[in-house]
Amino acid sequence: MSHEHVSNAKRIWFVFGLLSLITTVEVILGIIKPGVLEFNHFVGLNLLNWIFYILTIVKAYYIVWAFMHMEGEKSSLRWSVVSPVIFLVLYLLFILLTEGHYIYGVFKDSTIKWNF
Amino acid sequence: MEATVTTANNEKTWGGGHEIQPLGASYGKMMMWFFIVSDALTFSGFLAAYGFSRFKFIETWPLADEVFTHFPFMHGVSAPMYYVALMTFILIFSSVTMVLAVDAGHQLKKTKVAIYMFLTIIGGIIFVGSQAWEWKNFIKGEYGAVETVGGSLLQFVDKDGKRVALEEFAVKLPNQPQELTRSKGKWFMESAETVPTYSVAEIQAGFKAHPELLVRTEHLTAEKKKTVLTREESEARLSQAKYVVEGANLTRNEYGSKLFADFFFFITGFHGFHVFSGIIINIIIFFNVLVGTYEKRRSYEMVEKVGLYWHFVDLVWVFVFTVFYLV
Repeated sequence: MSHEHVSNAKRIWFVFGLLSLITTVEVILGIIKPGVLEFNHFVGLNLLNWIFYILTIVKAYYIVWAFMHMEGEKSSLRWSVVSPVIFLVLYLLFILLTEGHYIYGVFKDSTIKWNF
Repeated sequence: MEATVTTANNEKTWGGGHEIQPLGASYGKMMMWFFIVSDALTFSGFLAAYGFSRFKFIETWPLADEVFTHFPFMHGVSAPMYYVALMTFILIFSSVTMVLAVDAGHQLKKTKVAIYMFLTIIGGIIFVGSQAWEWKNFIKGEYGAVETVGGSLLQFVDKDGKRVALEEFAVKLPNQPQELTRSKGKWFMESAETVPTYSVAEIQAGFKAHPELLVRTEHLTAEKKKTVLTREESEARLSQAKYVVEGANLTRNEYGSKLFADFFFFITGFHGFHVFSGIIINIIIFFNVLVGTYEKRRSYEMVEKVGLYWHFVDLVWVFVFTVFYLV
């Protein structure tokens, strides 16, 4: 962990500009909701939501790497922090969303109408 | 417990000597990272549960840009997302001042660290205040709705599909249930639930008197709009009304699915609590900076550690913003 004691101010402002730009794009897309993006699907998700999720991941990457200074840590620390989170989140999402979709089907196709 | 001891000049070392640094990080910093891992998984659990419930009710889930439409000093103007975008900018900016404080700490510039930490605290306070205002509007509601015996929610629109508030058409009938107050009732007769402004009968009578009104259900059409019923269907559905719903609480809300409000309160509340505790920790460290604790240590690593927590709070907000307001 050799923190070179020079100022990172330039990079910080660059990342701030980038995060603001991404947020602005997200808000504009969220307000306009272009039909081309909203009603075309790719792997079960419409293109607009794909864009939102990808931009969110990009923002998260810059916050962790630049602001939390993950880029200056040893790769062993990087991996031991990031990989369990990514693996467990993907696993959890897969299980819960599949199950949620299944229950939606049960409500839709059978007589059960219990709102729980 | 030797590892946790921080003396005046070797804050960054573990027990066992100067060369020993697992993963190249000091004890405190590594523990902060692993705390963040566990907290990130907690939030992931909440957000995944939100996704689960939303998938269950995918056809009836409320539309975020119809729910969050308020902006300060702009009454009656529908401004979807502007306010929450502003909140996001505030939080990102307070992240920037935090990382500038950490940066100044590396150069041992005490005054600069103090100024940037102060700005971070101010940003955090503004954010929590904004969240409180958002909650106030959410709880108060705008139009009101009616819940049927089957638990569906009915909202009211005019011929053009524009939302109509309950007070615009409800009639006042005599002998309706009234909320018991201390001046009207005995102390042991306080009713368990707040009585809404209008009773179901008053809404039904008002609807009958306004033939231009229609009922809108929770169901989303293929164009991702809420379904508007014909006048006959509207009357049939409204005859099954059971509750008048104004605003939101944990039991029912005027926006749609009951779980929507529950998750909104729980997740943004839990995040707001994190921001609040982040502010408190920042204030403590801010005063430590002022009295020169870290100047004596010749190390501002403590600022770096609270910085990690603060950025994490910002990181969570990025995801909450996406799943609650955008998608």
